Amino acid sequence: MPISRRQFLINSSQQLASASMAGLVLFLYQQQSQALPSQALRPPGAVAEPDFLARCVRCGLCVRDCPYDILKLATLGENVTTGTPYFTARTGPCEMCEDIPCVKACPTNALDSELTDIEQARMGLAVLIDHEHCLNYLGLRCDVCYRVCPLIDQAITLDIQHNRRTQKHARFIPIVHSDHCTGCGKCEQGCVLDVSAIKVLPKKLAQGKPNPHYQAPWKQDFKGNPA
Amino acid sequence: MKTKQTKAHQYQPIGRWLILRRLSQFTILGLFLAGPLFAYWLIKGNLSSSVILETLALTDPYLAIQSLFAQHQLTTTVIIGALVVAGFYIIVGGRVYCAWVCPVNIITDTAFFLRRLLKIQSQLHLNKNLRYWLLAMTLMLAMFTGRLVWELVNPVSILQRSLIFGLGLTWLIVLAIFLLELLISRHVWCGHLCPMGAFYSLLGNGFVQVNAKHREQCDDCMDCFIVCPEPQVIKPALKPQNPNHSRFITNINCTHCGRCIEVCSKQVFQFDLRS
Repeated sequence: MPISRRQFLINSSQQLASASMAGLVLFLYQQQSQALPSQALRPPGAVAEPDFLARCVRCGLCVRDCPYDILKLATLGENVTTGTPYFTARTGPCEMCEDIPCVKACPTNALDSELTDIEQARMGLAVLIDHEHCLNYLGLRCDVCYRVCPLIDQAITLDIQHNRRTQKHARFIPIVHSDHCTGCGKCEQGCVLDVSAIKVLPKKLAQGKPNPHYQAPWKQDFKGNPA
Repeated sequence: MKTKQTKAHQYQPIGRWLILRRLSQFTILGLFLAGPLFAYWLIKGNLSSSVILETLALTDPYLAIQSLFAQHQLTTTVIIGALVVAGFYIIVGGRVYCAWVCPVNIITDTAFFLRRLLKIQSQLHLNKNLRYWLLAMTLMLAMFTGRLVWELVNPVSILQRSLIFGLGLTWLIVLAIFLLELLISRHVWCGHLCPMGAFYSLLGNGFVQVNAKHREQCDDCMDCFIVCPEPQVIKPALKPQNPNHSRFITNINCTHCGRCIEVCSKQVFQFDLRS
């Protein structure tokens, strides 16, 4: 049935308005739901979060190919973007498979296929957050985070300090090194406290950045050559 | 008019196409579930992207297009997978996806069945083209935000994924669509709103189409119009203004569900190769 031009324009603008309203609601919803909770970690090789949300098609192939079953697709109602993969370090850290099957499974490069050495993965950065309760800070020899670290003595080292409380013992302070820590979360899982004192956080939350013109003279001279 | 109304609420018989469609929908779901449940890995992943027997990677072309709008680049795996799927639906008909694959179809069909059983008549007047505007909206949103925004709420992919990977609050969406279809208006979601269906319809009506071969035998009982999820597609083939008009249902929104074939007491319709 032919309709008048007037009716056609009215119909079209009605539909445009409806679609735009739906779009607005969706837009506002996605603005709120884009933040990744800091304790939800992306699988190894995950590209930066905004890109990840454009690339990941939520197919779950990484989840299927994880031999340790640590990856999970966020279900509706969780505060991780619906359908995207993540893991929780405290309950199931990344076991750092040498062949990185999750990255190989990804069809869209949301997990970057250029990651071939798992030690180059940067899923997050471990931070010893709670100095008050960490047993090593209290002067005991817990050392669990240090012992379980797959890159022991590289990603986590122990720094021997004077124990001022007893005045005669040493404290072995775990120090995380960002140029080796993959963010696998073994330390967070291993921590013997009821709530872990060491936690893997997203890098941008965990790491500071010096002003680019700052130079540490004991690392390099003022021309930039190593000291 | 009175007789027509009673007719509208009559329970339509279950036919072989309906059984075949349910079989197809549940088999597809079953193949995806056979892995996680019984370690029988024929297909891995979900309808968004999957791998068959560790070799053939498939990707939903609608998702691939959203991703393209969001980030302007796709991997070869995704492009090939999406082209294979799109090619398949170009051959069988785009909206075959809706009637034979989509898990939401089971919900909306159930709601429609109950609607007739309970004689619910409420009707919302929505334009059938609204879905195309919504489709454009989902792509625009992907482009301007750089994210797959529609996939945050897309009931089709969410339902299929959660049946395989864990339910969460998805049952709320299922309930919402069910109540919408049952109480507010028939065929609201699949027939007026779903941008995924709109996308698949654009792949064309395929090479096998419903043929109103014996349209002269039609006794105007209206059974096919009542049962059809897209009733507007039947008229040009069944009741043409020009007697030489093609007998094939060529409208891209025919879902090839075959309900018209099985409810017709005069055997007017059948599936045929497009001529």
